Amino acid sequence: MKTTYREAVREAIREAMHRDERVFLMGEDVGHYGGCYAVSKGLLDEFGPERIRDTPLAESGFTGAGIGAALGGMRPIVEIMTVNFSFLALDQIVNNAATLLHMSGGAFNVPVVIRMATGGGRQVAAQHSRSLEGWYAHIPGLRIVTPATVEDARGMLWTALEDPDPVLIFEHVMLYNMEGELAEDAGPVPLEGAAVRRAGTDVSLITYGGSLWKVLEAADELASHGISAEVLDLRSLRPLDDEAILATVARTHRAVVVDEGWRTGGISAEITARIMEGAFYELDAPVVRVCGVEVPMPYPAHLERAALPQVADIVAAARGLVEGQGEGADAGPARGSAGGSRGDAP
Amino acid sequence: MTLPDAAHARALLRSMLLIRRFEERCAELYTQRKIHGFLHLYIGEEAVAAGSIAVLEPRDSVVATYREHGQALARGVPTDTVMAEMYGKQEGCARGRGGSMHVFDAETRFYGGNAIVAGGLPLAVGLALASRMQGEDRVTACFFGDGAVAEGEFHEAMNLAALWELPVLFCCENNLYAMGTALQIAQARTDLAARAAAYGMPAWTVDGMDVVAVEAATRRAVDAIRSGAGPHFLEFRTYRFRPHSMFDPELYRSREEVAEWKKRDPILLLERRMREAGMLDDAGMEALEREVAEEVEASVAFAEAGSWEPVEELTRFVYSERPGDPGEGEG
Repeated sequence: MKTTYREAVREAIREAMHRDERVFLMGEDVGHYGGCYAVSKGLLDEFGPERIRDTPLAESGFTGAGIGAALGGMRPIVEIMTVNFSFLALDQIVNNAATLLHMSGGAFNVPVVIRMATGGGRQVAAQHSRSLEGWYAHIPGLRIVTPATVEDARGMLWTALEDPDPVLIFEHVMLYNMEGELAEDAGPVPLEGAAVRRAGTDVSLITYGGSLWKVLEAADELASHGISAEVLDLRSLRPLDDEAILATVARTHRAVVVDEGWRTGGISAEITARIMEGAFYELDAPVVRVCGVEVPMPYPAHLERAALPQVADIVAAARGLVEGQGEGADAGPARGSAGGSRGDAP
Repeated sequence: MTLPDAAHARALLRSMLLIRRFEERCAELYTQRKIHGFLHLYIGEEAVAAGSIAVLEPRDSVVATYREHGQALARGVPTDTVMAEMYGKQEGCARGRGGSMHVFDAETRFYGGNAIVAGGLPLAVGLALASRMQGEDRVTACFFGDGAVAEGEFHEAMNLAALWELPVLFCCENNLYAMGTALQIAQARTDLAARAAAYGMPAWTVDGMDVVAVEAATRRAVDAIRSGAGPHFLEFRTYRFRPHSMFDPELYRSREEVAEWKKRDPILLLERRMREAGMLDDAGMEALEREVAEEVEASVAFAEAGSWEPVEELTRFVYSERPGDPGEGEG
């Protein structure tokens, strides 16, 4: 059946609420407003205000309350409108959710699920367009997932709620309207394990989240140039599926990492380092990165477009790698790899 | 405030004395390099933990700060496992992973040991939300200092608790200093109960050096919370006799001020009143001291005899262990 990403998330929440009475949804505007991305529209009527709980604008307070409720035996889904606002809750996520199990010597676990929108592309400028899931992937104790398909959006919430530890789900803003095919019997999806979304032999395009669809489009275009690209969707940024990353590199011997996040200290750096550590002798060429340009997101469409990885950039990077024309030859300003991306000074 | 019966008065005295002697021993052990890191002593403030926690039932929950040895002992976290935690031994209540600042104990529903000022308040709100949604008659007592009142998380938590009428007892231990910054240097309004009252919850100021007053106020608040009256806030006016931590040269307060507060030592106050009421004599006090000393020494012996967690287990407890899991915590 056809469904949108938004509906898939909503159905996942609805199903979880029916299945387990410990589950509840809490966040800003999740109830009466219906969710700022309309994900929870209609759920207030169905489940009532106790379980579809509107909160004040107090990210640290309600995220911490979600962590506390999880400690107390509930299975909260905390919705933070966007990753940009989650910084107000960093103390609770990093100092509490990620550490309580460890600090308590295993006495207390924190089965909280925190969902948030991420990414750019809607012309909402610098404070609403960040892609900082890679930051969270730095933190031991958290699980970071980035569902890119309707199946994953539907199935990962289920698994996240069953997980005894905190799981952060990053939903790319450009995906909510995306339609996809969802099997009637679509079930849970594991939180770990990358997926090969397209098999290929010449170059591996490694990505996750909202960038997946640009990468798949780039792979189509590369095929028209006679280049067979394999597309690996990481799905989880913590843990990273090292095995899948190294396996795809072992098949193609070339890798392009595509990440909307910034290159400096980003998750793309981690992936690249792991390839170097684990598959150095498999490589026919240095790993290339196509990342967000290192600039706070500008508002005008043409600048925003230029700041985000685009299909042409990915194609150019891959062609450069495979055809040896030099990275970014066809794509204008370089975004990744040796030359550094613009805005990357000094 | 009238004294409770002799047995209960003795229990309160014992609870305070145990905290005092335990922590005095900890200070010694710190100089002997048995205890490391930060060590924040509660000495002087014992009446707050002893008096308030005495009111709680086993089903209730406690959230505390990095200065939480007093709350843990008063709550009944075994003295042995608290001391082993101070040492960092795996027999500690948190397997030694937390140390002095992070005492946790599932048995007594003791949720830390939170070392980020005000970071525990939202947790307490969540614990209370869970008990309400589960239909459990639990009160969550949340301890924090005057310093926390300046934090955003304090205000967010107060608003949520009041808005959702949750069963939280906010126990503010106002010892007049946020580390070395005096209340009047940090707070626009130093009447902290008034700050809480602004959220529409009952908020009372209590003499935190008088364990009987602490207990009475807490009982009133807890009874009200159990009857569905929503969160309550108690500002306990108290004083820390020791430095903030073991590294504090105490440049911010005078010896005279400390000496003045020591005249109202909560242990001496109760001891004097019990003697006056004929509940305690020299022999009784000696017996109590001996009993407490034995418990503290036994805990030291327990900690000394404890073992270090093997380094191979370093990455345990980063993630929960699952069936068939090798116990790895790598992400």
